Amino acid sequence: MSNPKETVDTIDSLDPAIRDNVIFSTLDKLFDWARQGSAWPITFGLACCAIEMMATGASRFDLDRFGIFFRPSPRQSDVMIVSGTVTIKMAPLLRRLYEQMAEPKYVISMGSCANSGGPYWQYGYHVLKGVDQIVPVDVYVPGCPPRPEALIQGIYELKEKIKKERILSKKGK
Amino acid sequence: MEAKEIHQKLKDKFQDAILDFNEEVLQPYIVVAADKVDEIAEFLRDDDDLQFDFLNSLSSLDLGENLGVVYHMYSMSKNHKIVIKVEVPKDKPDVKTVSHIWRTADWHEREAYDLMGINFVNHPDLRRILLPDDWEGHPLRKDYVPQKSWHGIPTTLKGETEDDQEQ
Repeated sequence: MSNPKETVDTIDSLDPAIRDNVIFSTLDKLFDWARQGSAWPITFGLACCAIEMMATGASRFDLDRFGIFFRPSPRQSDVMIVSGTVTIKMAPLLRRLYEQMAEPKYVISMGSCANSGGPYWQYGYHVLKGVDQIVPVDVYVPGCPPRPEALIQGIYELKEKIKKERILSKKGK
Repeated sequence: MEAKEIHQKLKDKFQDAILDFNEEVLQPYIVVAADKVDEIAEFLRDDDDLQFDFLNSLSSLDLGENLGVVYHMYSMSKNHKIVIKVEVPKDKPDVKTVSHIWRTADWHEREAYDLMGINFVNHPDLRRILLPDDWEGHPLRKDYVPQKSWHGIPTTLKGETEDDQEQ
């Protein structure tokens, strides 16, 4: 392996059927590749950001091409996109949905309200001051509401995060 | 009918329960007694000349020492409208319900109870409609102080309350 030329020779000498179809990797990387390519979010919208999330999912921006399919059950979901204002009355329900999702699970906080309370951050007695007070957040998408491009960027950030994870080699998990 | 005629008709029928009348404003209003508002509302709906068959809105306001309830109503068949107002003291905010006269009023009154704390007497189901059932206080009152947390969920930013600053 010390001589690159020698390596190339070795590969060239392989049967073409093997050379073109066999790749070497680790299971960790394979899992990460599979998981980042099919991050299924739970169908869950709270306010005007949800309209923008629906637009992102619909034909013009088309989340399907990134392997994003909205699932109607938390049991089948990998990602929760918190799209909109989280009222304090809604907070326990959001927390329950998060707990019902199977590990590994991720949260995208979409828009100013979910990030920090948005326009209700000071005088809104009824609004949670950021969804990170009740669930751990992986990606924050700023905007009020964020455009579909911004949400797609957020999903890409999450994909990058998933790619760097090593679920098999994690000790004690 | 003009607002003046409506007021005269009510005055003839209910006398002392009709407290005030103002037609110098964009929407002329009649102030009535809070414990008679259900009878007056029934008369407004059922009288052949008035026929107020539609309650546009029922809203509440904080007037400082008093609380107010405002009824905007309209007659589809007669094409006339009127505003009825009620004032009650803050320490005893009892207003007779009109939910059996206009079904619209049911949820409107629940909202007024939820956010302003007006007690609608004889309402069939006077529960909070927007806030959680065990919420403390009525947020649209001017002297409302928000609770700091609800079931362990903070309602203010960390470091913003006085308690946090003392620590």
